[in-house]
Amino acid sequence: MTTRRQLLQAGAALPLLALVRPASATPEEMRAAISAYTGGVLPKTGKVVFDIAKLIDNGNAVPVTISVDSPMTAVEHVTGIAIFNERNPETDIVRFTLGARSGKAEVSTRIRLATSQKLAAVARLSDGSYWQQTVDVIVALAACIEGEAP
Amino acid sequence: MARTLIHMPANARKGEVIEIRALIAHPMESGYRPDAGGKLVPRDILTSFTCRYNGATVFSAELHPAISANPYIAFFTVATESGTLEFSWQGDHGFAQTEKMPITVSGS
Repeated sequence: MTTRRQLLQAGAALPLLALVRPASATPEEMRAAISAYTGGVLPKTGKVVFDIAKLIDNGNAVPVTISVDSPMTAVEHVTGIAIFNERNPETDIVRFTLGARSGKAEVSTRIRLATSQKLAAVARLSDGSYWQQTVDVIVALAACIEGEAP
Repeated sequence: MARTLIHMPANARKGEVIEIRALIAHPMESGYRPDAGGKLVPRDILTSFTCRYNGATVFSAELHPAISANPYIAFFTVATESGTLEFSWQGDHGFAQTEKMPITVSGS
């Protein structure tokens, strides 16, 4: 016999199923996108500081700042910074191109996040090495929440 | 013409690292968002941003749909000589806009 408790539990589980979103990138796709950016090189962890709030109220405009530990001289500087994500519809977020004339390897922008996920910031240095920093963020209000895709 | 807001110092010493903050009014329609009728709104985003210092490219960015509406980008550059900084945005459906800002650089 079905108890009242079991019925309530079944009812509570239903709305969760409806929240599963269609069409999102996967961790494998993020690895593939990073690999495409680095030309197959696996980025080392370090040098990059990825500044983002760990708990995000609104995924429509998330301020991010990425800085890289580099002297930014003509010989040794950062040539590029890119941000990737796991669960937005597209893995690429932005790719910046810097140079010796940047003076300081730091960029800021505002991004969209579809859901709680892992992000990676990858920096390309003038010596050809790649460095990355990953962060896990929790998103309370997702970007593009107006309706589900048909 | 979209409204833009560019913050940077008007004067700098030679060799000084200056911060530039550029914002442009643009919806950055991602192409993944359904409208009231349930149909996807077609993509309309800015795809690139470039900053040229007296003609030489000092910074550029490739933008994707995950950039928020009214794209804001802050970056740094070294003040080398007096002249003009040119900011240009390109986007879908032939969007192109260029803004110029003067800078005066005093000798070190």
